Amino acid sequence: MNNKLKSVFQMGVFILLSMPLCARASDISLHGFLQGNYSLDTASSSPDGGDFKWAEERVQLKLEVPKEPFRLFLKTDAFYDHIDEKGDLELREGYIDFTANKWDLRIGRQVITWGLGDLLFINDVFPKDYEAFFSGRPLEYLKKGIDGAKVGIYPGFASFELIAIPFFEQNHFPDPKRFWMFDPMPEVTNRGKVKPAVTLKNTEIAFRAYRDIAGFDASVYFYRGFFRQPSMMPDNPMMPTKLTLFFPKLSVYGASLQGRALDGVLSLEAGYYDSREDRSGTNPMIPNSQTRFLIGYQRQIWEDFTVGVQYYGEYMHDYSDYKKNLPPGFPQERKLHELTTVRLTQFLLHQTLRLSFFAFYSPSDGDYMLNPEIKYNFSDHIWAAIGGNIFGGGERWSQFGQLDKNDNVYLQMRYEF
Amino acid sequence: MKRFSVISIGAIVAALLLFPTVLFAATADEIMKKSQAAFLYPGKDFKARVMMKLISKGGQERVREMTMLRKNYGEVGGNQKYFIYFFQPADVKDMTFMVYKYPGRDADRWLFVPAINMVRRIAAKDKHSSFVGSDFTYEDVSGRNLEDDTHTLIKEEKIGPKDCFVVKNTPKAGDVDYSYKLSWVDKANFLPLKEEYYDRRGELYRVFSADEVKYVKGFPTVTKRTMKNLQSGHTTEVSYSKTDYNIGIDDSLFSERFLKQPPKKWIE
Repeated sequence: MNNKLKSVFQMGVFILLSMPLCARASDISLHGFLQGNYSLDTASSSPDGGDFKWAEERVQLKLEVPKEPFRLFLKTDAFYDHIDEKGDLELREGYIDFTANKWDLRIGRQVITWGLGDLLFINDVFPKDYEAFFSGRPLEYLKKGIDGAKVGIYPGFASFELIAIPFFEQNHFPDPKRFWMFDPMPEVTNRGKVKPAVTLKNTEIAFRAYRDIAGFDASVYFYRGFFRQPSMMPDNPMMPTKLTLFFPKLSVYGASLQGRALDGVLSLEAGYYDSREDRSGTNPMIPNSQTRFLIGYQRQIWEDFTVGVQYYGEYMHDYSDYKKNLPPGFPQERKLHELTTVRLTQFLLHQTLRLSFFAFYSPSDGDYMLNPEIKYNFSDHIWAAIGGNIFGGGERWSQFGQLDKNDNVYLQMRYEF
Repeated sequence: MKRFSVISIGAIVAALLLFPTVLFAATADEIMKKSQAAFLYPGKDFKARVMMKLISKGGQERVREMTMLRKNYGEVGGNQKYFIYFFQPADVKDMTFMVYKYPGRDADRWLFVPAINMVRRIAAKDKHSSFVGSDFTYEDVSGRNLEDDTHTLIKEEKIGPKDCFVVKNTPKAGDVDYSYKLSWVDKANFLPLKEEYYDRRGELYRVFSADEVKYVKGFPTVTKRTMKNLQSGHTTEVSYSKTDYNIGIDDSLFSERFLKQPPKKWIE
């Protein structure tokens, strides 16, 4: 099923399911917003010749129907995109909750956020929308929902979450018509994509157990599924005529710890990425296994001013095998890919004006992304934000270096009700 | 020898001079302890629908509406847990906020952001953080550790028909934005009816007033209060409704599970 068809199908199912609930529920709530969101190129025009990364108006409706022990929630967007000159509907979330004393269940499209990183993800293995992030859309659009079921179990000594995802969803990367990006094989234009088939065997499983340990929030995580960034398989390694994009099998084993320390909040997280289709590290088309780790610290310096810093690393296993098998002409990744971040947030005028600055800088690759932003709440219903995304440094293939020509300034305006 | 006697006489004189203050200090400590018990710790637990109006100098109003739940752990002055659910404004609707408060050190705080279904610890200092942009600090909402101040009974005075103790509270460390605070404590029920905050230059800059007191299940409760910042002209008016005590809040409420899915029966 393609995505759109699936969305329409799911929406239909939810509307059908919700009808008997609606009929009985007394306290249905309806909220949402109207939004304008525009992002203007500042470094150069987009690859398709346009001057905008994003230009749209959007309406969101959030419908909640509680009927204990059930609850229905629908979050649906309708938008008009001025770049592609088309409008569409998008089911952002749509699920039914069932709540019992010691456990609960959520079935449907839902957003799941795990891990402690601030814009750095180790155990948050769920789908992301990087185009949204680089285009200056509100942060919530970085997260995409999963279509699956989540069971929560709360026996008291610890809490558990078990998630099953039968429908694979890949990360959404910037559209090559809007973003300049590095392509290792630009001459091969014949490309296909193979997603994991919807089978029981391919159902992704994610598990988290968490509890308090000596005042720290401790979690362990497990994931068995697929990389959400596609790998490229050429039909002929010497003279490729066709590239097939596919999603290699992945398992992740991780843990995290967060608590008060050094007069602030300290976060530690790590994960082992087991690349199940290339355990020897000899297939250059599939990512090698990695260990990812992060340390973060945030602290309030003065009234309404907070600083957060992070150090993050991706350590590649079987690096010599990777180097030995890398085809000539391909950019060589480093054994340790490092990232540091800083976030500064200052609230003013009774927390109605927010000045913020976020920066990524990679000590290993030398590239960066900067995101300054000003947000003002004109009233309890209307806010606007103006910001910029600035990329550069590193190499023309590195994470942010390849985005060098995509600098943009953006405007977000929202009326919420 | 002579020098010694001078010191002795000095000590005796000093002791005589200090004696009444020491007596007063003891009673002032008692008053503030009783006031803390009446104002911040009544009942085993507590619930209220809180309506906050933030009013700018120019008269523009913003509204923060929430349900606040509190549970005590141990003695008066001991640990407490808070659970707050936001109804308004629209951009924070369905957010929840949880605080584990400990006397003598900064609290643990968690915020749930529904748009991305994320629970996150936040770093904030109780003494220097405005509560949701209002004129109240976190410390004004959940209370200040009594040990951090010296308390002196300076006079007795009426507020309207009510007899009050007037206690001067001076922070031992320069850890807050005020140099001292005067509290008018109702002799009958030990609720603070008025508080005046003086800045480092000794000028009055913030005034708290308890505008309405109701008895709920026998507990005197400030159901309307105002904090006015005289320097900025900004005012925050707070009113409580659906106030209740000893409702049997379960420990499990104060958890990530219920931050993400707050039970209707507690937040309505």
